[in-house]
Amino acid sequence: MANGILVVILPSRGTLSPSSYELLGAGKALADALKQPLLAAVVGGNAAALAGDVASRGASKVLAVEHSSLTNFTEESYAKAAAAAVAKADASRVILPSTIAGRSLAARLAVLLKAGLATDVVEILPDGKVRRGYYGGNLIAEVEFKTPVAVLTVAPMTFPRAEAAGAAAPIEAVSFEPGSSVSEFVSFEGETSREIDLGAAEKVVSGGAGLGSAEGFKPLFELAHALGAAVGASRRAVDSGWIPYKHQVGLTGRTVRPKLYVAVGISGQIQHLAGMAASGTIVAINSDKDCPLMQMASIAVQGEYSELLPLITAEIKARKGHAVPA
Amino acid sequence: MALNIIVCVKSTPSTVNVGVDADGKPKIAGVPVALNPFDEFAVEAAVRLKESVPGSTATALTVGPDAAAEVLREAIARGADGGVHVTGPEFEGGDSYATSLALSAALKKLHAEKPVSLVLFGKNTSDAGAGVVGTQTAAWLDWASVCAVKKLEAVDETSATVLRQMEDGVDTVKLKLPACVSTIKEINEPRLPSLKGKMASKKAVFPKWTASDLGLQPAQTGAAGAGAVVVKAALPPARPAGLKVEGATAAEKAAKLVDILVERKLI
Ligand SMILES: Cc1cc2nc3c(=O)[nH]c(=O)nc-3n(C[C@H](O)[C@H](O)[C@H](O)COP(=O)(O)OP(=O)(O)OC[C@H]3O[C@@H](n4cnc5c(N)ncnc54)[C@H](O)[C@@H]3O)c2cc1C
Ligand SMILES: Nc1ncnc2c1ncn2[C@@H]1O[C@H](COP(=O)(O)O)[C@@H](O)[C@H]1O
Repeated sequence: MANGILVVILPSRGTLSPSSYELLGAGKALADALKQPLLAAVVGGNAAALAGDVASRGASKVLAVEHSSLTNFTEESYAKAAAAAVAKADASRVILPSTIAGRSLAARLAVLLKAGLATDVVEILPDGKVRRGYYGGNLIAEVEFKTPVAVLTVAPMTFPRAEAAGAAAPIEAVSFEPGSSVSEFVSFEGETSREIDLGAAEKVVSGGAGLGSAEGFKPLFELAHALGAAVGASRRAVDSGWIPYKHQVGLTGRTVRPKLYVAVGISGQIQHLAGMAASGTIVAINSDKDCPLMQMASIAVQGEYSELLPLITAEIKARKGHAVPA
Repeated sequence: MALNIIVCVKSTPSTVNVGVDADGKPKIAGVPVALNPFDEFAVEAAVRLKESVPGSTATALTVGPDAAAEVLREAIARGADGGVHVTGPEFEGGDSYATSLALSAALKKLHAEKPVSLVLFGKNTSDAGAGVVGTQTAAWLDWASVCAVKKLEAVDETSATVLRQMEDGVDTVKLKLPACVSTIKEINEPRLPSLKGKMASKKAVFPKWTASDLGLQPAQTGAAGAGAVVVKAALPPARPAGLKVEGATAAEKAAKLVDILVERKLI
């Protein structure tokens, strides 16, 4: 009988992102709920070197699955590698991130392990059931697994990041045979700008049709920069060609869950809310005090964006200047 | 080198603005259904690929109730050549695990009739919204797969080179065919249904395949075959009442907003 919660950590381009530690936070909640031990696995081209960083964050053991075929992400090789770790750990639950890699790996593993799958999990209940968004986040579904083994991906910015504390757990290398593969990684082209990725951003500033033009996004980017926030947009702003699609938040865009979401010139139609309604503090800046976003916002500021944004940016910069004397 | 392209499409409620009933079930009775929005991009990608290689065909495939035949018609109106309808009460209540098994069984049957080149999927469904069925289908078949594809760079008889949009940039991945490719919105701008397509869609008849046609046991399909089930749904918790920032001038409002954000440790 499988017994253990296995958190699978996927380095991106050879490095661990701090959001990886959220998986251990979720893993701890599930381990407590099911009264099973918590284990972690690092899967990648340099897994052994990264395992040490994971070892003091609550897992009782860390498995390192390292192989040159894992330097870049392809579905089949990673699935075989992760399955080797699951077998080693004899895990009943496997936890992955809700990233592109994590989601596709979870889908492959679910079939390999004959396991039920729940993606984008936002809550782990004391009986081991989980909650996830449903109908674009308009509903929250309670999901029960029917299979002895289950695979979960957890939503970013949802579970606490496990801190490095206490003694380091033992690290064990797990070998696996990649075999021949039906897909081959060819190359990677990174984003040229060092923009913050929306999915894992703690703060997001989004613009909508109210900005009126691509030019209107300038003061928005400046505010985002002052806040250290990622930039989002409504579909209408994207469809107007003012900003690329990768910034779109909503039902047919990204889902975000930052601590702070600032919506500027966005009316708050249901398809937009689907992507951001679970955010911590929501600030709406809009000339129409009665629009849905102004009604649901934690903080509503009525006014003309072109006047307000530069003033807010200047105010933030001034305070930061005071807080951090040169 | 004609390609045999399949595109998987799902019939989903045309709005996600649904409530729940007393039993914790989504209130979807009477809500009109439509082609899952993201599947429009998959259909367009299939049709463009077919158009680029003479002699190729694009066939839509769905698992769903009688009414789901409409999304096969919609795919034809948008340029697909035909459709296959996997249907029967035994498929009701399936999750991504059971649905992908049914799709893989249908693809196996299609592949035996005529080798399949590429199977296209949408990014995710608007109701379940997991974005996993394409990869799960490939896993059942032991075919190659890739998610988040923003471009089909090159497709020949034996391989496809595709661009995958990752969080931090773009990967180029080469797949052996047959393969399953899940698309994203950036892949194209779908055309509207054409008049000619609409005429063709009205006349189209679809083979209907049941679980036994696909060699599946009752325990493998629908709710019985699901690995994870939604036991109940609820509305998200209500947000606490908001604060209105008042002020005589924009500068006053800006200062007050920043005060609040600093106070809440958000700056
Ligand atoms: C299937 C489907 C999927 C969709 N998916 C998405 C999605 O993923 N994401 C998404 O965002 N939408 C999506 N939509 C579209 C959605 O329904 C809305 O059309 C869209 O969100 C509206 O964008 P907006 O709020 O920017 O524009 P509008 O609704 O036009 O709102 C503009 C706002 O700007 C304010 N404003 C105007 N001028 C100023 C000014 N000078 N200063 C301050 N405020 C000003 C106005 O008061 C108004 O509230 C989808 C729709 C469908 C049918
Ligand atoms: N019942 C179904 N019939 C055919 N294709 C489906 C079905 N369910 C999902 N798909 C396909 O799989 C994609 C991802 O679905 P999902 O994993 O549910 O988000 C969809 O965009 C469709 O292309």
